[in-house]
Amino acid sequence: MKKYDAIVIGAGHNGLTNAAYLAKAGMNVLMVEKNEYIGGATVSRNLHEDWIYSNCSYVCSLLRPEVYRSLDLAKYGLQVVPYGGSVTISQNDDYLASYVDHDASRREMQRHSHRDADAEARYWRDIMRQCRFIRQFLLRTAPDPTSFKPRDLLEMLHLGKEFWKLGEDVLYDTIRFYTMSISDFLDEYFESPLIKAAHAGSGIIGSAMGVMSPGTAYVLLHHAMGDVDGTAGAWGFARGGMGAISKAMGACFEDNGGEILTGSGVEQIMVKNGKVTGVALENGNEYHSDIVVSNMTLPRTFLECMDANDLQPEFLKRVRNFKIRGSSGKLNIALDGLPKITALRDNQEMMHADIHLIDSIERLERAYDDWKDGTWSKDPYIDMIIPTMTDPTMAPPGKHFMSVFVQYVPPKIHGRDWTDADRDAFGETVMNQIENYAPGFKDLVLHAEVRTPRELEDEVGLTEGNIFQGELTMDQLMFNRPIPGYAQYRGPVKGLWMCGSSNHPGGGVMAAPGANAAREILMDQRKPNNVPEGWIDD
Amino acid sequence: MRTVRFDSRDHYRNKVYPSPFHSRQKELNGLKEWSRWFDYLSVPAYTCPTMEYFSGRNTCGVFDITPMVKHLVSGPDALAYMNRLVTRDVAKIKPGRVGYAVWCTDEGQVIDDGTIFHLREGVYRLCSQEHQIDWMMINANGFDVNIIEDTHDVAGLALQGPTSCATLKRMGLTGIEDLTPFGLRYFDLDGIELMVSRTGYTGDLGYELWIDAGYAELLWDRVFAAGELHQIQPMGSDALEMLRIEAGFILAGADFMPAQHTVRPTHTRSPFELGLGWLVDFKKPVFNGRRALLAEKENGSRYALVKLDIEGNKPADSSYVYSSTNKNIGWITSAMWSPSAKKNIALATVETPHGAVGEEMLVEIYYQRELKWSRVKAKARVVKDAFFDPPRRRQTPPADW
Repeated sequence: MKKYDAIVIGAGHNGLTNAAYLAKAGMNVLMVEKNEYIGGATVSRNLHEDWIYSNCSYVCSLLRPEVYRSLDLAKYGLQVVPYGGSVTISQNDDYLASYVDHDASRREMQRHSHRDADAEARYWRDIMRQCRFIRQFLLRTAPDPTSFKPRDLLEMLHLGKEFWKLGEDVLYDTIRFYTMSISDFLDEYFESPLIKAAHAGSGIIGSAMGVMSPGTAYVLLHHAMGDVDGTAGAWGFARGGMGAISKAMGACFEDNGGEILTGSGVEQIMVKNGKVTGVALENGNEYHSDIVVSNMTLPRTFLECMDANDLQPEFLKRVRNFKIRGSSGKLNIALDGLPKITALRDNQEMMHADIHLIDSIERLERAYDDWKDGTWSKDPYIDMIIPTMTDPTMAPPGKHFMSVFVQYVPPKIHGRDWTDADRDAFGETVMNQIENYAPGFKDLVLHAEVRTPRELEDEVGLTEGNIFQGELTMDQLMFNRPIPGYAQYRGPVKGLWMCGSSNHPGGGVMAAPGANAAREILMDQRKPNNVPEGWIDD
Repeated sequence: MRTVRFDSRDHYRNKVYPSPFHSRQKELNGLKEWSRWFDYLSVPAYTCPTMEYFSGRNTCGVFDITPMVKHLVSGPDALAYMNRLVTRDVAKIKPGRVGYAVWCTDEGQVIDDGTIFHLREGVYRLCSQEHQIDWMMINANGFDVNIIEDTHDVAGLALQGPTSCATLKRMGLTGIEDLTPFGLRYFDLDGIELMVSRTGYTGDLGYELWIDAGYAELLWDRVFAAGELHQIQPMGSDALEMLRIEAGFILAGADFMPAQHTVRPTHTRSPFELGLGWLVDFKKPVFNGRRALLAEKENGSRYALVKLDIEGNKPADSSYVYSSTNKNIGWITSAMWSPSAKKNIALATVETPHGAVGEEMLVEIYYQRELKWSRVKAKARVVKDAFFDPPRRRQTPPADW
């Protein structure tokens, strides 16, 4: 019977990152994946003729450049290309564009509020101060504040030192950032409703909280701390769709001797005498190893793939209470041509941009009211983008792929499961919303993949359809992510590890949880560490 | 001609706009190179930066200052408001006078520097390096003031150099020779109001001319017609940069970071740290940053901005500064060979207690000769005054050349 040095469950980008580092360290690693294809939520699929969709995640900024470089993803075919700006379309036939050109953007804001155009400098300065602080902890394991182990004490000391280095004012701000709502935060800088709405989206994307809910200011940071080639806050496309990232990671893994097994999910993580022994797949096959790394969400790992008898009740209770609420849906649409957004007139430049359909904080909050009420927003917030304006590889010339991210969408409809009819009605709501801004849009639709939290859970494995594998709130961040006492990627059973976004530093196509978990595993195995530290900026 | 319309959503079609003087600049810009100054096209050099520099020291040069951010402050509380905003006592800037000023955050860190023009009793123009309307409005709470940014409504030309007064006299600005440094006066230009201030960014005899943007071309043509016999030249920003370093004037973004743009908290500077302590008037009971600046005055500053006279002739751009005992104490922020002072000069930031006038330092200069890089550690001395400070700068009435 063949025994692997490690088995990694789930070929999403974190699982692949983790597996690649282990394989590079000389370990004999098996990757198991329930779908016929790899990628998880970092995937490109061909569902309609010559179109390729980024089916889940659709833009790239957080992917750690240290990982990109050390896994040599460029060599394995990954290209990340920045795209042009963003635009927020309002219902009164106007818009607020954010151009790549700084002065053009200032003039555009000035059109809506002269003061706000200047306040933007202050706003970004404060955001960037917080991002500089957070960024350095992305590729570090969070210290356990209750531990007296030298490494935890040293790490706590480091955390304290860096925190102190922020200076008095920034220190106050830091605490406020983690506890404030994005709405309150924006009020400190801006007066124009449209400018506030344009900034607010990043505070709620992927989160089952409203713009007025405390904690959403941090979610904004989570979206701002990335970069493309050092341009802070910039976002880009992976050429060929987001699947190009997982494809490159998979190629790196296999190039280092790794083995990928697709088409059958894990039935059970096998445990004997308090130690993991391997995995049993749904197809009946068993694979053995003393190390099993789960890239699945926290609930999926412990509630669905393990025997409750192998776990402590207190731990299980915490897992059940882990906040992982679905809040969003996704439409992937093949278009026969480029839609015309009335308000944009012939501003083709903004058709390359990230397009938001929203007017005000209040409208965003009302969209959230529907979620609380147990249904999808009847007037949803839409974040849509047409990658084929930039990427020539995803649709035939003149045709387009449009990615439509929608919020809010609840994991259940009034407490019951989603039905196909619900899904279709949701899709119709979104299509109609876009049609309102772009008459004739629906006539261009050749094919649409509609994904509610049900599809995100069933097809991708994201519990309740939460795109971050768990809410990004203070109670579930740093040494509290996923749950207190388990923030260092070690599971409650010997040999069991966790490398998914349920772990520090959380969701987004970042590859940091996967990389950090690999570092911990290699340390435990007394193997030389090949996982990079974060690049220092001082 | 007013060339920018922000209320149009089509502004994006151009990323940068012609200045009101563009039609004239285009004719004279032999190098056909343009740079950007916020919303406007600016000329780095028309023919040759060195020749244009010498026009500012030998004859007179004309530089377009329209893109500079301008604000108009008026209303019953205008003076009280200005005194709250900036660190110096604005009451001392009488109508018809101009004063240099800095303004600070609550922590006493410099947000920007600029010039206050007391245009008419109780009406001020504030020119700044950065966009300031948000900060100015934040500060307007509790004051009965009217604040607008009028950058695009006012066209400005700097006319700098020894023959600048003669040029303006020939232009028909009767009595211009009586205008003292930092004075301003109004003239009639074919029925259009022209404001002239004896100010500039060159440390030489010079004036700045301000007119409604709709009459910019008229102003340009009249200035150049009058200056023809006085060897007038258009001047680009490269030449201006040389002139301002020689005068020892600092530049936001080069010699210090404006506080509202500074991400790293310790990278901001106080007025004291920029050698601008003379602009801080503690006799005023209230102004932004007063408490912090008072504490700094008692406890000492972290940095000093110094003027360095460096041995040899190799410009010390981007160099480290060392103490005489070879300890790294700072860095150069602006440097050049001074054609008028015939000195190798620089502005530098050093850690205190270094920076006393007369202190000897070392500057690590990297220089390239036919692609090969070499390094020298040159001796340098802290000097007090501007590197080049001709008497004509203050002389009233000025000579004709």
